[in-house]
Amino acid sequence: MKRFIATLLLFTFTPSLFAADVITVKGSDTMVILAQRWAELYMKKNPNVTIQVTGGGSGTGISALINGTTDICNASRPMKPGEKQKLKHRFSSLGVEIKTAKDGIALYVHEKNPVKELTVQQIKDIYTGKITNWKQVGGSDARIILYSRENNSGTYVYFKENVLDDEDYAPSCQNMPGTAALVNAVSKDPNGIGYGGAAYAKGIRDVAVKADEGAPAMMPTAENVKSGQYPITRFLYMYVKSKPTGAMKEYIDWILSEEGQSIVTKVGYFPLR
Amino acid sequence: MQQSPDISNTLMKKRFRIGEFLAEKVITATAFLSFTFIVLIFVFVFRETLPLFSPPEPVATVEELGEQETYGDLVLTEAEQAAESKEKNKDHVDEGVTVENLAGDRWQPISGKPKYGLLPLIVGSLKVSLIAVLLAAPIGILAALFTAAFAPKWAKEALKPVIEILAGFPSVVIGFFALVVLATYVQDTFGLQYRLNAFVGGVAMSLAVIPLIFTISEDAISAVPKSLTEASLALGATRWQTALKVILPAATPGIFAAVLLGIGRAFGETMIVLMATGNAALTSADPFEPVRTMSATIGAEMAEVVFGETHYHILFLIGSILFLFTFTLNAVAEIFVRQRLMKKFRGD
Repeated sequence: MKRFIATLLLFTFTPSLFAADVITVKGSDTMVILAQRWAELYMKKNPNVTIQVTGGGSGTGISALINGTTDICNASRPMKPGEKQKLKHRFSSLGVEIKTAKDGIALYVHEKNPVKELTVQQIKDIYTGKITNWKQVGGSDARIILYSRENNSGTYVYFKENVLDDEDYAPSCQNMPGTAALVNAVSKDPNGIGYGGAAYAKGIRDVAVKADEGAPAMMPTAENVKSGQYPITRFLYMYVKSKPTGAMKEYIDWILSEEGQSIVTKVGYFPLR
Repeated sequence: MQQSPDISNTLMKKRFRIGEFLAEKVITATAFLSFTFIVLIFVFVFRETLPLFSPPEPVATVEELGEQETYGDLVLTEAEQAAESKEKNKDHVDEGVTVENLAGDRWQPISGKPKYGLLPLIVGSLKVSLIAVLLAAPIGILAALFTAAFAPKWAKEALKPVIEILAGFPSVVIGFFALVVLATYVQDTFGLQYRLNAFVGGVAMSLAVIPLIFTISEDAISAVPKSLTEASLALGATRWQTALKVILPAATPGIFAAVLLGIGRAFGETMIVLMATGNAALTSADPFEPVRTMSATIGAEMAEVVFGETHYHILFLIGSILFLFTFTLNAVAEIFVRQRLMKKFRGD
């Protein structure tokens, strides 16, 4: 027991005594597991660096970057002009963007749903409320129940801007707090449809997506996302205030290296190349 | 108030009172500290709402800001470049908000033209609270009546703490239970189109409200003077008649207060509704459609909102409305208990 406490104390104090470099990372919940894996592995290899990772959401992370309470911010959407302006106001820098990984947004339906593929246009019409029955897209005669992420999520914003062409979601669209809740809801609703990171999709069926009527139907597999053939892919970003230097540069370079990128695959997202 | 008999005693021990004096001051300070906190929170919430009524700070356009630096040697393909520039060159205009916008029936805060209609949120909150209280009030009050007036001693000793433990149940657990189990059960029973809806949220919420209504009602019923009960029984009334015609009316102000506090709790509760109601901002009277409540909206959106933008202040406006609503309910409940109940039993 004494030894245990001693080790515990050692662990608690070692970093603060010897580590000159503490890097704080905050932001996107989509990226939080990935960021933690990166940090764990990097710290194992570089014991003199401490990396603290917290989630909270892309917006929270960007606010923290603007307020100077985090060194690196994770974001599953690009920074908005309003946010860049605030950063410039505070640090007279627009910030530096680092693309760290790719993510494919999968569309999920219930296992028993006969619909196997949808075009991007159909998805748009479904989510904006123009198509309301599964019959209209080759399914059974039943009302489509829409599930979406909450509007605080980077995924919600990405989907709206890139799939819905910035049109509003149908009012009947149900917003679920987190992808886990969304997946759970769709898995219990035979007429439901939902979307989210491919990393989460378990226990339900992904729909193949066609860029347009003539294009081939693509599943959100690693191959298709990496090559950009799957139509709904996005980048996962990191933002820093100014061009990284020192320990931070080494860390970011490592993330972009082959070793860092191999972790991306293990967590369920897709490497940049 | 009850110090008078001790005065001579304390005067004699004056030398030893310094420690006591300090302790007393510390306790007083602590009590006032919580009072101060509430006032400060009040001030904070309203202060964050206020900028809504002045024109928003203009946001620079994409051209004015210029290109952001990038890092890393990634070369984008043409398709990627096209998608990215489409996404980034979208000007985000914060035009503030008008009263017509707030009175609208669409809640689409993340949009080219944001719609901040509060109507569906208010309707949503009222709908869920109403369902929750309609379910919880009869159960809570009857359970309290049983516990206070009928239950044998052992049952009373078991029931009261157990129901009160339910009050300390984490609402996220109740919410998750509703999301995973209750929703399916309700959907299968009633053959509903939407699995997550106001009714499921209301049922789950009633689990959180029942203990509150129970505890306060039970206190109110127990506070009915024994003389009333005994007089009624002595006149030949049965126990049931006594409970229904004597105890219950005498405890009415307290029970009323309990129900009001229950509504307040239901109105402010966030986690349960966030998980169980589907969060679609629909304005309808149908209890089996999904709803989006005010508290769930704040809970869901606050984390990601751009600090200082109109959307941010609107969330605080919703917070202010919630605050005022629960504050009024609690004040009314307090006045009812303090003035009516006390007068009834002490004043006459």
